[in-house]
Amino acid sequence: MGMFEAILLTIATAATPLLIAGVGELVVERSGVLNLGVEGMMIMGAVTGFGAALATGSPWLGFLAALVVGALFSLLFAVLTLSLATNQVATGLALTLLGLGFSGMLGERFVGMPGIKLGNLDIPYLSDLPVVGKLVFGQDPIFYLSVILTGGVAWFLFRTRAGLTLRSVGDNHGSAHALGINVIGIRYLAVMFGGACAGVAGAYLSLVYTPQWVENMTAGRGWIALALVVFASWRPWRVLAGAYLFGAVSIGQLHAQALGIGVPSQLLSSLPYLATIAVLVLISRNRRLTMINTPASLGRPFVPDR
Amino acid sequence: MMRVELVKRPQHSALFSALSPFIALGLTLVAGAIMFSLLGKNPLETFYYYFIDPLREMWSLHELAIKAAPLILIAVGLSVCYLSNNWNIGAEGQFIIGAVAGSILPVLFPQFQSWIVLPLMLLMGMAGGAAYAAIPAFLKVRFNTNEILTSLMLVYVAQLFNDWLVRGIWRNPQGMSFPGTAPFHEYAILPEIWPAAGRANWGFVFALVAAVAVWFMLSKMLRGFEVKVLGQSPRAGRFAGFSAPRMVFFAFLVSGALAGLAGISEVSGAIGHLNEKLSIGYGFTAIIVAFLGRLNPLGIVAAGLILALTYLGGEAASISVGLSDKVVRAFQGMLLFFVLGCDTLIHYKIRLVGTPLAKPAEA
Repeated sequence: MGMFEAILLTIATAATPLLIAGVGELVVERSGVLNLGVEGMMIMGAVTGFGAALATGSPWLGFLAALVVGALFSLLFAVLTLSLATNQVATGLALTLLGLGFSGMLGERFVGMPGIKLGNLDIPYLSDLPVVGKLVFGQDPIFYLSVILTGGVAWFLFRTRAGLTLRSVGDNHGSAHALGINVIGIRYLAVMFGGACAGVAGAYLSLVYTPQWVENMTAGRGWIALALVVFASWRPWRVLAGAYLFGAVSIGQLHAQALGIGVPSQLLSSLPYLATIAVLVLISRNRRLTMINTPASLGRPFVPDR
Repeated sequence: MMRVELVKRPQHSALFSALSPFIALGLTLVAGAIMFSLLGKNPLETFYYYFIDPLREMWSLHELAIKAAPLILIAVGLSVCYLSNNWNIGAEGQFIIGAVAGSILPVLFPQFQSWIVLPLMLLMGMAGGAAYAAIPAFLKVRFNTNEILTSLMLVYVAQLFNDWLVRGIWRNPQGMSFPGTAPFHEYAILPEIWPAAGRANWGFVFALVAAVAVWFMLSKMLRGFEVKVLGQSPRAGRFAGFSAPRMVFFAFLVSGALAGLAGISEVSGAIGHLNEKLSIGYGFTAIIVAFLGRLNPLGIVAAGLILALTYLGGEAASISVGLSDKVVRAFQGMLLFFVLGCDTLIHYKIRLVGTPLAKPAEA
């Protein structure tokens, strides 16, 4: 396997968690809710995924546990912002701080333990094809699921009636309510979907990307996923493009560090964060583009009046 | 099926405005007791070590002041931001850059020893924090960029920058290859308030002064009115002739300067040199402090002391009952949740409504 191929493979593993968390958050934001707790839900997914896989010996059960815990954890956010109409920005931050705190506490016993890695696909003949074999047929199963998820969400949002309803809730919750749509109920479902995705994305870190538990191992990826949604102007396939761009930046800087190109490693490590800022600036300077695509009710609490 | 229904109050409730932080604290204690029991500890004993034991001795009260000072300083600045609807969540980064900028004199010019060094360091720390906070403010005003994400990203950049300094060009050559600068000389050390009694330094006094000054600004000056009007209704603010872009800069510069002051005070006071782990997450815990204090600087002083107590109590409980110090952050996170939830009581009455099971709840 050539060097170039190896780099492409690792880019996919770096991009996949960003993609899953980003697509999940995209659905949440399309329903008009801004959940800044992605980082917290991801880290909860990472710790439960690791723990469940360790306890059962099955990485798949780890992913399942992370999915459930991510959704349940996001329910805390949903109850506060949707039923108690609290400020979404502050509550999302609270979810992140709570997740970082809880995961540190729960994961203490896992520190330094060897993890269980989800294996890559190995299809006879196909995976052995030159060049494309490993890239197309030899990755981990979650990679394929992440692409299917992106397509599924794109189809759901823009090709189904339920997707249209969800978007209408996000664009004008007052009108949606007047039409008899259950605004709060739809938002509950959207938030929990986002939580489940973030949980799986976190588990990907602790079961595939680096199969171990380290405190704060998400290292800002939840926030980068949030930035990706803005970057993608709330469109699923653009989240995929953005995730791979960031995957390339973070893998590129790792390889540059390994080669020792005479630039401080800390500067290289800060590149993904600086790239996020640069990309956000480039996208949001075009006010019209952002205005058109941003769900109009994003971040506004909704309290139905009788 | 029961469901929650919110009924808007005609006016916000003064009673719950005052009570809600206490209800939240009470609920956190209940949840904490459950958590401690699940961890196999006696809740009452743990609470004793958490909240009573650190208050029993003079030296420990001084430690409380040391932990509370950065929390209060940062949270007071954040209150200006949050009241004006500017979501600066990068105070941790501004804290670090303030510490770095303030350390320039003692690290690069150790021969320059005079009484003026310390005041200059404090000013440079404030300038450093403010300049770092100006980045997200500038990007928000000029390019319409979301300040939440940019300010947060800059935290990681600041951490890495500081790490590079203290492991690289600023590392103490006599430091046995430990990361960190050489110890500051005596003119660069923030003095203790009352050395006979404990370690608390002037950082705590700065925090109190900042809290009173910002409280005065918010409640007695036109600028404070501007902060609140622009925060609640940018449109109304424009009609009043207030400038939203200038408010963005004002809020970020004030909070950045205070976070920077906290950073340099921590380094020149509590630590004595710049190292790679100068913050224990003060910039993030201060967000909790700001909300627990209901964004009121005087409330923030009390809230800062409470959160500082959880740090000390966490240490005490880990030594005495063997409870992991990781529990502290979980505890702090729960507190913020309950604070935000209870704030709903100020604007709404909460009614539990029973709905017939046959008909799905149309909210």
